[in-house]
Amino acid sequence: MEFTKDLGLLINAMMTYTPPLLLAALGSCFSERSGVINIGIEGMMTIGAFVGAATALTFGNPWIAFLCGGLAGALFGLLHAIACISYQADQTISGTAINFLAPGLAVFLCKTFYDNSTDTPALQPSMKLPKFFDGIFPVGSFGYNAICNYSVAYLSILLVLVIWFVFYKTKFGMRLRACGESPEACDTLGINVYGVRYVCVILSGLLAGFGGAYVTLATVSQFRPIVIVGQGFMAIAAVIFGKFKPQGAMWACLLFGLCNGIKVLASQGNAVSPNLISMIPYVVTILALVLFVGAARVPAANGRPFEKAK
Amino acid sequence: MANQEKKQSFGEKLLRTDVLYTLICIVIGFIVGAILLALAGISPAVAYGKLVDGVFSKPKYVVWSIVYATPIILTGLSVAFSFKTGVFNIGAEGQFVVGSLAAVCVGIFCPLPKPLHILLCLLAAAVAGGLWSMLVAILKVKRGINEVLSFIMFNWIAYYLSNYVVNIGAVHKTGEGEATKDILETASMTFKTGNAAVDKFLGGGASYSIVFAVLAAIIIAFILDKTTLGYKLKAVGFNKHAAQYGGINANKEILTALTISGMLAGLGGACQLMGMGNRISQFSSQEMYGFQGITVALIASSNPIGCIFAGLFYGAMKYGGTKLSLVNAPNEIVNIIMGTIIFFIAIAPALKKAILKTRGGK
Repeated sequence: MEFTKDLGLLINAMMTYTPPLLLAALGSCFSERSGVINIGIEGMMTIGAFVGAATALTFGNPWIAFLCGGLAGALFGLLHAIACISYQADQTISGTAINFLAPGLAVFLCKTFYDNSTDTPALQPSMKLPKFFDGIFPVGSFGYNAICNYSVAYLSILLVLVIWFVFYKTKFGMRLRACGESPEACDTLGINVYGVRYVCVILSGLLAGFGGAYVTLATVSQFRPIVIVGQGFMAIAAVIFGKFKPQGAMWACLLFGLCNGIKVLASQGNAVSPNLISMIPYVVTILALVLFVGAARVPAANGRPFEKAK
Repeated sequence: MANQEKKQSFGEKLLRTDVLYTLICIVIGFIVGAILLALAGISPAVAYGKLVDGVFSKPKYVVWSIVYATPIILTGLSVAFSFKTGVFNIGAEGQFVVGSLAAVCVGIFCPLPKPLHILLCLLAAAVAGGLWSMLVAILKVKRGINEVLSFIMFNWIAYYLSNYVVNIGAVHKTGEGEATKDILETASMTFKTGNAAVDKFLGGGASYSIVFAVLAAIIIAFILDKTTLGYKLKAVGFNKHAAQYGGINANKEILTALTISGMLAGLGGACQLMGMGNRISQFSSQEMYGFQGITVALIASSNPIGCIFAGLFYGAMKYGGTKLSLVNAPNEIVNIIMGTIIFFIAIAPALKKAILKTRGGK
């Protein structure tokens, strides 16, 4: 009984932590595979988190809020795209800029709208993303912990399938992968490299925004400046870990999530310092990389601005 | 006639310098910030007035701004140095943390006479930061593991390591707050002149940590411009394959570059510790010194001497930003301004090219 309860908690912690990371990582996949490094994911998640919370508080509907959070991220994706694609900017510089701009703007707006406070008020339960199978299992049971998770947790896994399909079974997917390898060749073949990359970078912002909104709308129930801190970078790490494939990124996110679950379980006893336990996900990642995963092949044109020949 | 020609060529020259574009970007940053403030119903004049006032109106404010600038000059140097070799040290954050950890341990447990103690702390910090970064470099060189990924992991490991060490009984300060004991007085870089009037003039925060930051910048500039090592590092940065073809062992240079880069960030941690706090508090979120270093390096176009000025600018903005709450302006405006500046710095090369092209066509 104790074991199933622990297992339930483990799955619960894993499924709480994984979806925002996975959404952002899928976004990152789009951008990186099309040849644009996007380290602005962190900032895009933060603005998504704020806009999600703020629109939920204003309109009361979590799905509209979720969408708005995504759109806010997409807006910064557009900004990144304009700089990197139209102006051939250094992608790392533009991404860094967004990591200052977007979180700065999020807290600035929060203070402007919510009485100079860095936190939004807490969301009502009705404003939060709904759980599936709510009420079927008694609170605290294995079923409740393991299955009755936030709906978007399931949607994000489903999305991996969709994006895998787009990547490997559609014309657009083939083109976006080609743009990340050799934009010059794509251009010769009449593919609109700028167009493909614009779509991919904006999508990366949209998905990162969704990821951020998930955090405020499902897990934390309010916006705070430190609500995202680090998750965007972890998402990027997941993509590199997963060798720039959507399904690979999913496994990496699930691994991070699992480590997080172990962390939650391990910190129930007081035997080991919580700070040492908190290192688990990062140490495991490094070990897994060294022992099993090895080098990832970065898309050949990743980070290289493309200028269409006139 | 000749005079006119000379004038024009000066204008041409000006259009070709990066400094001009950086300054334009800074102006744009402040304009965007002003628009946002105005939209939020806050007078930009009042807010910016407070910002300037908060930095320049008293000598002790200037002193504080310099103290704020010191660690980010060093993390800026760290990132700039890595950029020169074509790798991206996004791990300065973690190296900074382990650097300050090493310095705090030496600072508490190794009683030594004053100048020696400080030097030993700095050495410990540099070694710790260097090793922390070298681990990542080894993973990259030996196993091909992407440095961005391992730096991010190492940042978090350093973060929790610091919180762990802060809470070890022997290190933890008994009584007040979640922090380490203060480092011994002999390890502190804050100073009092003993003359009451001068001390009041400088305020309580005076510290000579900035000397080490400037020194480091000069040394790095020297290494990059005047030594074979610098030449090799830059060659790898320009074109790894060409450098390799020319007989440079690119992997070895990357290892060296990242180690030196880590040492600089570690020194930044020590300077922050010994020049300002004299203790490490438990983190509740990442301190961002490493990420601010990225900004400093970008504003300075990775020029080591430029990092001093970019760092001072950022330090002043950071310190001035803390005063903004006095006029009810959100201090996040500082981040927004900095973000806008970097964004325009990112697209500046394209604009520069376009401008020079139109002039060339004339």
